Amino acid sequence: MPTEIKIANVSRAFGGQVVLSDVNLTVHPGELLALLGPSGSGKTTLLRLIAGLDQPDWGSISVGAEDATTRHASERGVGFVFQHYALFRHMTVFENIAFPMRIRKTAKPVVKAKVEELLKLIQLETLASRYPAQLSGGQRQRVALARALASQPRVLLLDEPFGALDAVVRRDLRRWLRQLHDEMHITTIFVTHDQEEAFDLADRVVIMKDGKIGQEGKPIDIYQNPANPFIHEFLGESNHLAVQVQNGVIRAEAGFEIGHASVPDGRAEVFIRPHHLVPVPAAQGSWRVGRITATGAQARVSLTRGGITLEAAMTADALLETGLRQGDQAELRFTGGTLFAPGVGPVRVSGLPQTGVRFLRTGHAGA
Amino acid sequence: MANRILLISAALTFVAVFLLLPLIAVFAQALSAGLGAYFAAIADPNVQSAIWMTLTIAAVAVPANLIFGICASWCIGRFDFKGRNLLITLIDLPFSISPVIAGLLEVLLFGLNGLLGGWLSAHNIQIIFALPGMIIATIFVTFPFVAREVIPLVQEQGNEEEEAAVTLGASGWQIFWRVSLPKIRWGLLYGVLLCNARAMGEFGAVSVVSGKVFGSTDTLSLAVESLYESYEIQAAFAAASLLAMLALVTLVLKAALEFSLREELAAVKRRKAN
Amino acid sequence: MSASVQPASRGFTWRSASVLPGFAPSLAITLLWLFVIVLGPLGVMLWFTAGMGWGAFLAEITRARVLADLWVSLRSALYASLANAVFGLLVAWVLTRYKFPFRRLADALVDLPFALPTAVAGISLSALYAPDGWIGSQLAHLGIVVAYQPAGIVVAMMFISLPFIVRTVQPVIEDLEPEQEEAAHLMGASAAQIFLRISLPAILPALLTGFALALARCLGEYGSIIFIAGNKPMISEIVPLLIVQELDQFDYQGATAIGVLMLAVSFLLLLTINLLQAWVRKRHGQ
Repeated sequence: MPTEIKIANVSRAFGGQVVLSDVNLTVHPGELLALLGPSGSGKTTLLRLIAGLDQPDWGSISVGAEDATTRHASERGVGFVFQHYALFRHMTVFENIAFPMRIRKTAKPVVKAKVEELLKLIQLETLASRYPAQLSGGQRQRVALARALASQPRVLLLDEPFGALDAVVRRDLRRWLRQLHDEMHITTIFVTHDQEEAFDLADRVVIMKDGKIGQEGKPIDIYQNPANPFIHEFLGESNHLAVQVQNGVIRAEAGFEIGHASVPDGRAEVFIRPHHLVPVPAAQGSWRVGRITATGAQARVSLTRGGITLEAAMTADALLETGLRQGDQAELRFTGGTLFAPGVGPVRVSGLPQTGVRFLRTGHAGA
Repeated sequence: MANRILLISAALTFVAVFLLLPLIAVFAQALSAGLGAYFAAIADPNVQSAIWMTLTIAAVAVPANLIFGICASWCIGRFDFKGRNLLITLIDLPFSISPVIAGLLEVLLFGLNGLLGGWLSAHNIQIIFALPGMIIATIFVTFPFVAREVIPLVQEQGNEEEEAAVTLGASGWQIFWRVSLPKIRWGLLYGVLLCNARAMGEFGAVSVVSGKVFGSTDTLSLAVESLYESYEIQAAFAAASLLAMLALVTLVLKAALEFSLREELAAVKRRKAN
Repeated sequence: MSASVQPASRGFTWRSASVLPGFAPSLAITLLWLFVIVLGPLGVMLWFTAGMGWGAFLAEITRARVLADLWVSLRSALYASLANAVFGLLVAWVLTRYKFPFRRLADALVDLPFALPTAVAGISLSALYAPDGWIGSQLAHLGIVVAYQPAGIVVAMMFISLPFIVRTVQPVIEDLEPEQEEAAHLMGASAAQIFLRISLPAILPALLTGFALALARCLGEYGSIIFIAGNKPMISEIVPLLIVQELDQFDYQGATAIGVLMLAVSFLLLLTINLLQAWVRKRHGQ
């Protein structure tokens, strides 16, 4: 029966430094949730609080139907996979996975069967008698997971599970973890600082910064509607412009117009993804093409005007079509952007009619 | 090149004269009257009794300090608390105190004119000048040996595996037995080895608190002194040779354990780097 | 659904939180054992001394015999530690830097004084340096007498304190970077200059620490010395022996006073050693 986790008003400070500040979150039964944020955001601390490896200064944590705040870590029914796996170095793979059952005095044949079942699940049947030091990083990771699963947890917690692995192994394990989750439906929370990983893997993403939850929701929703400039920049590259709004027209401080938004007059900031900038060759254009980098399928073009430099991104093919070279003049089309004004939430920027700019629609996949 | 040879020769000569010769002298003197005399000296009942005394003292002192060392390594190595560094310094105290002072402390406590002296003699309990006193003195001088080997080891290894065991549902005792103990076994063995060598060889402290009655309250070290002072030189060296052999065995085992210990620490550092 | 639990704010915590069990029992046993074996008896001694009164204490430790013996102990320890600083450095350098036959054996032998019981070392040195001993007889040709003289004390102290210097200095020599010496060599410095100006300054903190450790050991040593020393009061009697003599005569007061004095010196040395070790760690960590 998948378990719900409720975190209410949780705060934690270490020696005067506030690490978590009034955090409220509900993890739905059976969901795969990512805690995403830069280092120091409090995400690992929150995970450890859920596991019972630490105690909150304020607030409560419930795992399932009961309040677990005062329950000891060994009684919460939580499976924890540590960042560096924490495998028992002096035990074989088999003994590691068997550990949770052995300490509960489970009968030998039952232990053997379950361990073999888990070994099959993690596809390491042939390595049962190896020691952790003899395994690769990815293999250790899987053993750590199997060991956590062997304790029949209600909830699975993973602390930066793929952080120490190289890119290829990371991708494979991601896919594998997702499959595992789809099969087992255990409520799972994992901590990461890698945006791509969080968005790829999770049903829901919770972005944390400075001990608070910045935003939470489905990956696609967050990406389309970042709640604040920090999150916008955290989720991917963006160009940043300081702007003035007058009568709904957005004007960069360097003078040129960007688009429309129905916000009150005054100062604001606009963030534009590189793929929402479209350079168009124009002999009398007001933008000058700077450095062009074409790395494989993607190309980046740097454009300058009046002291401002922006980065546009497009496919290499598209770049060839434009025929742009370094030093050329061009015009720039803004096909989208997000505006943040003080006191006003994120607002979609719509382009100016005469430059033929379209509305940015939802469903536009990232670059 | 000539420099090198000069330096090496000088160093080797120094080691040979200052360290090797005394060692060889022990055996040379012990065997100076032939093998027959050698074995006769060792078989002497007083020497046998001294051997027995030495073994008994070590059999009590070493396990006592082993358990202490394990407890100390658990609370000091795995937790952080105010006064921790002070505690470590205090544990190291016996290491920097002259063994004679250790004996003095005991006399002040248990001696006839000591603090508890009156009470003890009233209840007919003999501590000073008897086995219990010698055991206590030995425990004092070997107090830190196990702890100071295991505490740094535990600190280097960290708590991650133990925390993992907690999340998997293990109790404190299970965590210690199954997870922690296997990790520190080399440190424990090393500490026990050094503790034992010191316990069996101790002289100054037991000299002060023993009855110095050759044949009943002498350890092997004290027997060596007794024999030497009564000009039974060959017998003294025969007894000494037993202790010297113990020292040699200790050195060999020490080297072997140091190797394992270093490997363990290297493995820990490698994991940390990953 | 749970009501919000508000644990009391932590405030002053005397220990960091941890999920690991067993802190209280292990700390209790540790403290208990420490108190019963070490602190209690030390406390008794200090209490005993306090009962003496400052005046009586000073009178005890300023007796001629005490002061003379202190000088014997101190002077001999200094000579021995200084000699070992030189020889110990030599041995450590050679063992670390060069390969030669018997190197392993020599390295293992350095630990001998650690492992050999002091009484065994005592009688062995005594026999060796006696007028008819292997070394004593050779020295006699040169007119040098060691056994039963103050010189004997120095020899015995050198034996037991050598490893302290060698083992403290060895790791530092191992970690010396050859590049610095190579650079100096390329610039034309001689081997002696390189050693004095580059290597030695780097080794110095560890050498000083080893020196202090050796000194502390020499001052407290008993068994290895009493057989080869003459044990003549004021001339070749070391302080630990004086304490034993006083105890034999039931002069608890005198023995305790001297004991406390020795402790004070030990603590001073210990403090110095700790400071030196901190200095080494700082230097070495660069």
